[in-house]
Amino acid sequence: MNDIILNARGVSKRFGGLLANNNLNIQLQTGKLHALLGPNGAGKSTCINLLSGDLPVSGGRIELYGKDITELSNTQRSKLGIGRSYQRTNIMMNFTVFENVRLAAQSRKPEAWKILSSVSNNTKIIDKVSACVARAGLESKIDRLASALSHGEQRQLEIAMVLATNAKVLLLDEPLAGMGAQESACMVELLNQLKQDHAILLVEHDMDAVFAVADEITVMVNGEVLESGCPNTIKQSEKVKVAYLGEEEDNA
Amino acid sequence: MTNNSVKNLLLTITLLTLILVPFGLDSFHTEMVAKILVFAIFAMSLDLLIGFTGLISFGHAAYFGLAAYTVAIYTSNTDESNLFITLALSMLSAGIAALIVGLFVLRTKGIYFIMVTLAFAQMMYFVFHDTDIGGGSDGVYVNSRPTPELFGTTLFDMSEMSNIYWLVLACLVLVYAFLKRMLNSPFGRTLQGIKSNEHRMQSMGYSTYWYKLGAFTIAGSLAGCAGFLYAVIFGFVTPELLSWHESGNVLLMVILGGMGNLIGAILGATAFVLMQDMFADITEHWPLLMGSVIVFAVLFMPGGIVQLPSRIKQTLQSWSKS
Repeated sequence: MNDIILNARGVSKRFGGLLANNNLNIQLQTGKLHALLGPNGAGKSTCINLLSGDLPVSGGRIELYGKDITELSNTQRSKLGIGRSYQRTNIMMNFTVFENVRLAAQSRKPEAWKILSSVSNNTKIIDKVSACVARAGLESKIDRLASALSHGEQRQLEIAMVLATNAKVLLLDEPLAGMGAQESACMVELLNQLKQDHAILLVEHDMDAVFAVADEITVMVNGEVLESGCPNTIKQSEKVKVAYLGEEEDNA
Repeated sequence: MTNNSVKNLLLTITLLTLILVPFGLDSFHTEMVAKILVFAIFAMSLDLLIGFTGLISFGHAAYFGLAAYTVAIYTSNTDESNLFITLALSMLSAGIAALIVGLFVLRTKGIYFIMVTLAFAQMMYFVFHDTDIGGGSDGVYVNSRPTPELFGTTLFDMSEMSNIYWLVLACLVLVYAFLKRMLNSPFGRTLQGIKSNEHRMQSMGYSTYWYKLGAFTIAGSLAGCAGFLYAVIFGFVTPELLSWHESGNVLLMVILGGMGNLIGAILGATAFVLMQDMFADITEHWPLLMGSVIVFAVLFMPGGIVQLPSRIKQTLQSWSKS
């Protein structure tokens, strides 16, 4: 397969004596959603931080379109088309939804270096903001302050911001956390739609959602990959069952 | 009337009053108002860093003082210096100094940023204090006021305090308009985004270091504009202009007026200079009075003078409800 966009091979992360990620292999391709599962502390968020460049790797190699990006910062990787959302909501709380997404949209150089042009005159960016906000399902809240949004809506805002940066690879850290049933359903639909033209890595605890959108699943435990494969393989895997439900008792 | 039209009306009335100041006041008091306006420009330039970019610079007087010295040094050998060239040189030297210092200090954050901006400013202070570049610790007189000559004609007479005053007022209006416009540009919004959440800006592909460097340089050269005007008005420049007292004063002006608001910076400078003058009349221990007022202001007026009207309104509303 030559359409792999993001290729992480043998990636490891060590925090002092703790091996948070050990020898991880993850491939992402457009049109596919790769889900990362695992109990708390398995190293899922660390994995996203390594791929996004928020944390430096301790070992291994990360390639984007075949180019080595292991040493690049999060800013440089964002410029190359990797976008991420955060597990703990990370937005400009004192700005409106519109302004948050507008900042994301104008982040592509050299727009943001314009010192004397008014932001309200750039219809191209404003149109893009409207489109991204609509896609994330926040049209009715566009003029609200980000801090006044519900937790679920803030997750939607994160997605809108990532989209506005023209990211081709989306690293989404628990986008469904704190969402109600209806919001979750909308997000699942959005994810299914987004994966048509993006390569997505999804970290998520909501099993129903994961099995509804994932094309490939990697299960992690204690920083190591336990099992990786298509959803059916994972469903039937004994190892995964044991990891999640504990050892089966003999006296059943 | 909407809130905005009230604001615009107030601004227009204030501006008209300011234009008329030299007709109503003698030259001593006109100079006093000019001094306030100079510090208003200085405070606005610092507010760009503190209130809009989230950079707490504790060495901003360095660029103010450097520009003032540029005037003194540039005019020292001649009786005929051009005002516009002198202004450009002052702003340029302050801007270049800020650019160079910024390259280093912007690699630090938080408390370290405060300390290194202070350290660089003290270095520049001692350059003028301990060497003969500008008359050493005694300071130096500005040899002659630069003349506002454009295409061979002198525009106005710089020996008249009223003309100097209007020059200062014009600079204030221009700096205000420039900052106002810049803060609403993609660049200005980027700075405000950095203040709100720098990490997020980085992960969206902003190389925040360079934007902060841009802001630091612009703020430095605008402080230079204020320093230039100071030297032109008072005709005397001392190392104290670069000292950390001066950096502290301008910081207090911004805090007093209300951070993140240009009008606030202007009000803060006004209140500060007036209080300084008033208390100095009462007692020689005026810094004591000044200090207590500032402590009270910070405790009971968070958000500064500029937020006072809306806070009073809120209090009145909550009273009328209960």
